[in-house]
Amino acid sequence: MDFTRRDTLALGAGATAMALLPLSAVAQADPNAELVGAPDEFLAGADAGTGDLTLTAPEIAENGNTVPISIDAPGAVEVRVYALGNPTPGVAAFRFGPLAGSQAASTRIRLAGTQDVQAIAKMADGSYQTAMKTVKVTIGGCGG
Amino acid sequence: MKFKAMTAIAALLFAPAAFAGGADDDTLVVNGDIEMTTKAPAPAHLDGALDEIISGWHFRSDETQQLQTDDFENQGMIFVDQAMDIWNTAEGSEGKACADCHDDPADSMTGVAATYPKWNEDAGEVRTVQMQVNDCRVNRMGADAWKYDATDAISMEAMIASHSRGMPVNVAIDGPAAEAWEKGKEIYYTRYGQLELACASCHEENYGNYIRADHLSQGHINGFPTYRLKNAKLNGAHSRFKGCIRDTRAETFSPGSDEFIALELYVKSRGNGLSVEGPSVRN
Amino acid sequence: MASGVKPRVKAPKKASAGEVVTIKTLISHKMESGQRKDSSGNVIPRSIINRFTCDFNGQNVVDVVLAPAISTNPYFEFEATIPEAGDLKFTWYDDDGDVYEETKSVAVG
Repeated sequence: MDFTRRDTLALGAGATAMALLPLSAVAQADPNAELVGAPDEFLAGADAGTGDLTLTAPEIAENGNTVPISIDAPGAVEVRVYALGNPTPGVAAFRFGPLAGSQAASTRIRLAGTQDVQAIAKMADGSYQTAMKTVKVTIGGCGG
Repeated sequence: MKFKAMTAIAALLFAPAAFAGGADDDTLVVNGDIEMTTKAPAPAHLDGALDEIISGWHFRSDETQQLQTDDFENQGMIFVDQAMDIWNTAEGSEGKACADCHDDPADSMTGVAATYPKWNEDAGEVRTVQMQVNDCRVNRMGADAWKYDATDAISMEAMIASHSRGMPVNVAIDGPAAEAWEKGKEIYYTRYGQLELACASCHEENYGNYIRADHLSQGHINGFPTYRLKNAKLNGAHSRFKGCIRDTRAETFSPGSDEFIALELYVKSRGNGLSVEGPSVRN
Repeated sequence: MASGVKPRVKAPKKASAGEVVTIKTLISHKMESGQRKDSSGNVIPRSIINRFTCDFNGQNVVDVVLAPAISTNPYFEFEATIPEAGDLKFTWYDDDGDVYEETKSVAVG
């Protein structure tokens, strides 16, 4: 197909102007940050094993505004999810009660850009499990 | 997943290898019940410009596609619920609700989205769904007209569309609608803005290629109103047109303008044969 | 955010005693992150749902703390054990103090 140099340059320049990030990169104090906190606070110096916690997330997310994730940690009492590249890393803390049918849940999260998503499970015996996934967040072509 | 030949435009733009650019071969069934036609032979009026018409659903990732397969996952349905509340609520000086004349939209609104925009003989104009709704609001209910593509208006349009899901788009382009259709066609092929791009530059000549890290679809509007993950709300076709023309760095037409009504008719007709999907879910 | 907030819950109406059932919940909410700025450059204050709980006959199923990184219109899917007939109670807590509740009865038989 025929694409003139002029068309090609014009498209590239236009696309550059069309970026919109789902979250501003400017960090600010989060009044409720301590509720989920950061991985180190949850672990409090303990080591986390791997293998008993499954974190499912797409390798590539089409839009950082709505990224589906699932966690599954049989025997866990609590699972916390962190987006390590967000202005504040805490995403959610799931505490499973006596009538939980499984220690698994799915939700949709915001990612400010390509980054690692980490889940940490606190197991019934007090030990920890962790799992990590890198999610590439693509930037849309058009501002819409 | 199929790769189309890389053109200059795609090579220039960032294209991750794991993210194929073309339409995939998945099939769309909503609620395990509504089978959608998402690929169809191009309508005759396209005169070979496209061999096959392909719903924008095929150009999205598996995760985004999945959101449209179940009304509970489809966040556009939140607004359909809200529109049902409006449908049943009396408004305006006449004290009437939509439901007073039109009863259950599951019966009365079936097929509407498949055939709009449509020529209205009494008014002597092509009307979109939103125009028709406003006609009811002003002339039958004595209520204020909604602003074009405003939340209530777009929610109502989505609710009405939801009752045509699975039916083939089939807008009339001949007879009294022909003039508006020709006008819409002219806009579709006109290059706008400093970037000198027509609708056709992206959605006819380059669908399946990348614009930056995103796929270009064929730009059909069978899935409108569409819930976009980007702004987490329902988006109307006119607002999308406006966004596209703005992105060419042009002064745009306004939602509800004669130009966009004509363009809606023309673009909708390019998808004649695809299923109505609104409210769909897109990036 | 008291207006326009609408919970949706998908849960089975019937289960057998001891059955594990899948539950999906969605609530319409902007989940304003506190990270965005308006057109004049002022930070738009955070306004989110910060906690979600599901209980069955007074016993907890799941208790979730939400941070601003949860997407607009928060969605959760999880499983509950249904030991006997009763009510699933769902509660969402808004930053502004509002509490949204939904109840779904489950028959056992």
